Amino acid sequence: MAKILMKGNEAIGAAAIKAGCRYFFGYPITPQNELPEYMSREMQKVGGCFVQAESEVSAINMVYGAAGTGARVMTSSSSPGIALKQEGISYIAGAELPCVIVNISRGGPGLGGIQPSQADYFQSTRGGGNGDYRLLVYAPATLQEAVDLTMEAFEAADFYRNPVMVIGDGMIGQMMEPIEFKEPAKRELPPKDWATTGTKGVRKPNIINSLALDPAELEKHNIHLQKKYAEMEKNEVRYEMYNMENPEIVMVAYGTTARVVKNAIAMLKEAGINAGLIRPITLWPFPTKAFDEIPANAKALLSVEMSMGQMIDDVKIANNGRLPVHFYGRAGGMIPTPDAVVDKVKEILGGVK
Amino acid sequence: MAVIFERTNGLTEKPFHYCPGCTHGVIHRLVGEVLEELGVLGETIGVAPVGCSVLAYDYFNCDMHEAAHGRAPAVATGIKRVFPDKVVFTYQGDGDLASIGTAEIIHVAHRAEKITTIFVNNAIYGMTGGQMAPTTLIGQKATTAPYGRDAGATGRPLKVSEMLATIDGAVFVERVAVNTPANIRKAKKAIKKAFEVQLSGEGFGIVEILSTCPTNWGLTPTESLKWLEENMMPYYPLGNFRTPEEVK
Repeated sequence: MAKILMKGNEAIGAAAIKAGCRYFFGYPITPQNELPEYMSREMQKVGGCFVQAESEVSAINMVYGAAGTGARVMTSSSSPGIALKQEGISYIAGAELPCVIVNISRGGPGLGGIQPSQADYFQSTRGGGNGDYRLLVYAPATLQEAVDLTMEAFEAADFYRNPVMVIGDGMIGQMMEPIEFKEPAKRELPPKDWATTGTKGVRKPNIINSLALDPAELEKHNIHLQKKYAEMEKNEVRYEMYNMENPEIVMVAYGTTARVVKNAIAMLKEAGINAGLIRPITLWPFPTKAFDEIPANAKALLSVEMSMGQMIDDVKIANNGRLPVHFYGRAGGMIPTPDAVVDKVKEILGGVK
Repeated sequence: MAVIFERTNGLTEKPFHYCPGCTHGVIHRLVGEVLEELGVLGETIGVAPVGCSVLAYDYFNCDMHEAAHGRAPAVATGIKRVFPDKVVFTYQGDGDLASIGTAEIIHVAHRAEKITTIFVNNAIYGMTGGQMAPTTLIGQKATTAPYGRDAGATGRPLKVSEMLATIDGAVFVERVAVNTPANIRKAKKAIKKAFEVQLSGEGFGIVEILSTCPTNWGLTPTESLKWLEENMMPYYPLGNFRTPEEVK
C-alpha cells in the first residue's frame, strides 16, 4: 500500500478503526481534538458510534460500559483530561476489561499549557488511579510507530483483558508524516465469554465488577492480576538500541525526545564522541533488560526528557547503581534542542575524564 | 396444590443483604417482575450503583455491570450504544444519582439515551452510615447534619424528577412511593412504562421511588413508612412529570 500523509491525531484515529475499534467516547481538550473530530466524521461510515461525553469522567465510564460488552472501544484525551479518567481506568483494570486510551500529553501541573510535554510519565506508568494495577503503555516516536502501536494496542488489550495506553506528546498528535497501515501480528485471542451480551435465558448472568468485599477474595484477585502483569513484563517489553556498539555515554529517551537525541548523537559523532541511545517503546513494562546490554566501556547514563525528571527513576532502577545517572530535561512545553543535549553530554564526559 | 406466590424469575436466589424494613427489596422485586413480564430478561443489561444497592448485580437475574459512584448512566450509555436493541437500566440511590452523579444523569437525559433509570430516594446516605444527602429534608438529622439539615447552610432538598422533567430527552418521569400496597402497584405500573418507552425507542425514562431507611432514620419499619408519608410526600409530591405525549 502506498504511503499517505496524515496528521498524528487523525492517523491514530484511522489506525484504531482499521484495528476494529467501533466505539469512541471523548471530550474536547487540546492538543488531541483532531482525534475525536476524526472519529465523529468516520465512525458512522463504518457502522460504529461516536459520543461526545459531558466530561472525561463520563467518557471513560462509557468506555467501561462498552468494554464490558466485549466491543473494541477507545477514548483519547490530554494530560489534565487523563487525570480525570484515572477513576475509570482503575475500575477497568480491576474488572479486567480491554480498551485503548490515547494520551496526547501537554505540560502541567494543573491546567498547565498546551505544548508538547512528557510530564505524564508518572501518571502513565505509576497508575494515577487507586490500587495495584498496571497499564501496558506504548510511546511512539514517529507517526508510523503511532499507527502500528495503536493497532497493536487493541490486540494486546484483548489478549490480556487489560487497558492499554498509547502516549504521544503533543508533537506526535500535531505533526504530519507519511504513514502506511500494516496489519499487526494477530494474537490468538480467547472468546469474550465474560461479556454483558444478555443471557438469552441460556446461561447464568455475566457480571462486570471490581468490588470484592471479602479481603481474602480481593487479595486473590490482586495476586491473579500480578501474574498477568508479570506475563506482560516477560512478553511485551519493546525498545530500540541505537548506536550502541561502543558508546562512551548512553542516553535514554522516548517519543519526540528520542528523535532530538538521535540528532544530538549525529552531532556528537562529528565532534568525535560516540554516544548511544536506549529508546523505550513500552514505558511499562520498562525495558530494564536493555541496561544489561550496555557495552562495558560506557561511562555514564543520561536521561533526556520533556519533564523535570520522571523516567529517570526507572533508569536508576534499571541501572541498579552500575553507572552514574545524569539528567537533562525541559518542561512546560519547551523542547530540548540537539545543541543543548550535546553540551550536556560534553559537560558529563568532561567531568568523567 | 396451586402456587399462588413465588419468586420472580427476574431475581436470582441470592438472599438480600438489606436491613429489616428497607424498601430496596420491594423495589428490586418490582423491577424483576417487570423485566420478566416484558419478556426481556435474556436481553437486559443492568447497571448497579455505589451505595446500599451496590450488590444489586448479585440480585437481578440478567447480565449486570457494577459502576463507580454516580457513573451508572455513563456506563449504561456505553452499553446501549453497542447494543441499541437490548434493554439497559441503571439502579441508583439518591447519594449516587442526586449528588456525585448529577452530571451523568442530566446528560443521559440530555442525549435522550434509550435507557431506564430506577432512582431510589430515601433522603439519606445509607451504606456509609446516614450522612446528609442533597435530598435530605430540612430539619432531618443526619450524621453530617447532627442538628438537622439547615437550609441556610446547605440549601434546600433537590427535586430530581422536577429538574429532569425540564429536559426534552427525558420522555417519562414519574415519582412514586412504596409505602402502601396501593402505591406499590402504582410504582410497578410506572416502572413498566419507563421500560416501555425504552423499548419503543422514545427516549430516557426515570422513576423516582420514595423509599425508607429505618436504620439511619432511627425509626422502626412501620414508623418509617409513616414518616415517609408525612414528611417526604409533601415535599416530594407523587405523580407523573413527563410522558412521551407531552414531549411531542
